[in-house]
Amino acid sequence: MVALNDVSLNIRKGEIHCLAGENGSGKSTLIKVMSGVYQPDGGDIWIDGKPVGKLSPIGSIDHGVQVIYQDFSLFGNLTVAENLAMNVQLREKKKILNWRRVREIATEAVNRLGVELDLDTDVEKLSTAGKQLVAIARALMSDARLIIMDEPTTALTGKEVETLFRIVRDIQARGIAILFVSHKMREMLEISERITVIRNGNKVAEGPTGDFDEALITRHMTGADIISEPYVWTAPNTATTPPRIEARGLTVPGHFDPVDLKIHAGEIVGLSGLLGSGRTELALALFGMLPGYQGKILIDGVEKKLATPQDAIAAGVAYVPEDRLSEGLFLTQGIDRNMLSTSYERLAPSMVIDRDRADMLVDKMIAEMQIATTSGKKMVRELSGGNQQRVVLARWLLTNPRILILNGPTVGVDVGSKAEIHRIIRELAVQQGLAVLMISDDVPELIQNCNRIIMMHRGRFVDEKPCADTSDNQISTMLRTLK
Amino acid sequence: MTGNKMAWLRKSEVVIAGILLLAMILIGLVNPAFWQMDNLFGLLRSNVIIGIMALGVLLVMISGGIDVSFPAFAVAAMYLTIKGMLYFDYNGVFLPFVAAATMGALLGSLNAFFVYKFRMIPLIVTLGTASMVRGFLLGVVGTSIININKMPDVLIDFAKTDVITLTRADGGTSGLTAMVVVYLVLAALLHFVLRHTMIGRGVYALGGDAEAASRAGFDLRKVIFFIYCVAGALAGFAGLLHSSMIWLANPRDFVGMELDVIAAVVLGGASIFGGRGSVIGTMLGVFMLVMVKNSLIIMKIDTTWQRVAVGVIIVIATAITAWRDNRAKA
Repeated sequence: MVALNDVSLNIRKGEIHCLAGENGSGKSTLIKVMSGVYQPDGGDIWIDGKPVGKLSPIGSIDHGVQVIYQDFSLFGNLTVAENLAMNVQLREKKKILNWRRVREIATEAVNRLGVELDLDTDVEKLSTAGKQLVAIARALMSDARLIIMDEPTTALTGKEVETLFRIVRDIQARGIAILFVSHKMREMLEISERITVIRNGNKVAEGPTGDFDEALITRHMTGADIISEPYVWTAPNTATTPPRIEARGLTVPGHFDPVDLKIHAGEIVGLSGLLGSGRTELALALFGMLPGYQGKILIDGVEKKLATPQDAIAAGVAYVPEDRLSEGLFLTQGIDRNMLSTSYERLAPSMVIDRDRADMLVDKMIAEMQIATTSGKKMVRELSGGNQQRVVLARWLLTNPRILILNGPTVGVDVGSKAEIHRIIRELAVQQGLAVLMISDDVPELIQNCNRIIMMHRGRFVDEKPCADTSDNQISTMLRTLK
Repeated sequence: MTGNKMAWLRKSEVVIAGILLLAMILIGLVNPAFWQMDNLFGLLRSNVIIGIMALGVLLVMISGGIDVSFPAFAVAAMYLTIKGMLYFDYNGVFLPFVAAATMGALLGSLNAFFVYKFRMIPLIVTLGTASMVRGFLLGVVGTSIININKMPDVLIDFAKTDVITLTRADGGTSGLTAMVVVYLVLAALLHFVLRHTMIGRGVYALGGDAEAASRAGFDLRKVIFFIYCVAGALAGFAGLLHSSMIWLANPRDFVGMELDVIAAVVLGGASIFGGRGSVIGTMLGVFMLVMVKNSLIIMKIDTTWQRVAVGVIIVIATAITAWRDNRAKA
């Protein structure tokens, strides 16, 4: 297998360069070649106009190349000071450690970056953003001239991303080049000066950022135009058909105020709001995970008491959680067991699982969801983010739901897979008459896939707009002005 | 930099020392004989062997592993060395201890080889090597106990050395064995290595994140061999010292010892997840464990109940450190 095929990449002194590509496109391989971890089978690496021949990890560092990995490669059990000084001490080939010198190096590192960090705290007590600062400060101490950042914004909040960008520009001002590896379009367009796109190990596009827009990067990354038609839903005669799900004066004191919500069959309703707006709590209440709610929940016109998730599943509600890794999937189990984990009771009426039926259901779901696998036994850990998300969806569809609640359905999923998941959700709504409630931070995602959007703030619905009449800018501006 | 002045209060070692002091006061209240010099000297004497072994286990535990092979290595090094001394009719102290430590180190390198080369879980590796070494020793070298009549006198005399001798009220004397000094010197050495050398920090780095340690430029092969060889050498050394102190060499000795030592290290604040632990904490943990067992004996509690006590100590101490480490990460 060829991971990278005849790729050239030029990074100029002091520029911010974006390397874009989907998961599995060869981005990581390219980083590893540049950092000397992998040896290329062909081609040359030139630094400052000179070929450098074979590059070892140490050789790469000596040439001023620093990689900040997604996991930051820090030692959580050691203090900030020691983490900052570790690499310098190792490079100086010290045998005996001088703790005063450790402190000097750490102080200098923090000063160079111009940030405040408590040098005596253990790194594991820091926030993700704090850890990232330590990693960046450490990279600067190695007299870096090129800093490669692998997906640096993945676990950051909006505000932390802004801070990171400010620091990145500050580093750039000192003549240090930055290679920003990402698959988030907006961030690439905002921060970089030039973009290189790779797909399936080939370079497919390169140029100044001004020549690109989101649609063009997407096309290069996926190799296909991703059509973004708005989702249209025509209201049935509401006098005769009750909504699929209706909440009347639903409230959980301390989490959100009384809200009224109606979602009809075939509707995809977006729910947007900042973190802490009560949107996740609303979803949890509808799924029976916040017992003690007040108000009424009606499903197809019949009042149901949803005191536990079991009640909710029996009533036809399915909930796909935000964090599929910790709340949804058993990573070391096969696709089949993950999919069937909500259906075993139905498949085993007399304690023994109906294997044939189980296999049939799994095969059917793998085909419907177009999961890239040769067998249902493949471990979920080995799947890409997009395929993992499809496994979670399949699991809930196997419960024959009438209402599907999705919380962050495409977080950490790359562009191509994202479009595919959107297509599946739309089809489910149209063909099976599912009522979908989609919660997301990704405003364009909501605009593209929902017929209307509800905005929630401080436990209350503050606005509602049909998607046809609004734009992502309008919604984003609104969200920003909410206080 | 506010708050740093109080930071030392939150250190695990200080907490453990506080608990230890409290326990000593409580035990002293129940049994005033506890504070008699005789008892204290005996207590310190009991610290020596388990303490030296605990230093080795600490090293392995900081690196994120666990070692259950040290009692087997200790007994093999001890028995082989004494057999060798008898065979060659050798009358010296220094060389036998070097030989025992070297044997321990060689056996330790076996652990290191499997842990490094095959990335195997240290618990499984050390379970396996322990069983192999014990089996070989009994099957190939012999099963007979070397009693005091055959035991080399030099070793017995060496272990009899006292560093302090006090005359009791009744005219007898109580002495503090000089082996305590040997233990303190080894502990001080390990403390220096762990705290002030790059290889020592490499042990902590490995226990924190092996991948990151290798990316930072630590030679993991060197670090892992260092850890298991030193742990083995300490075990071998402790083995020979033990038989010198009890005047006999039993090839079936140290069975069940691993539990006591691991309990002591965990009690001393080392994390079972790796990355945390200190020599001072471990020494305090060893002292606490020995003291509890000693008090149970003084209170004439059956030995079977001592096993229960050790088990309870392991579970509680591990629960507390696990809770501490998880809270730190949150």
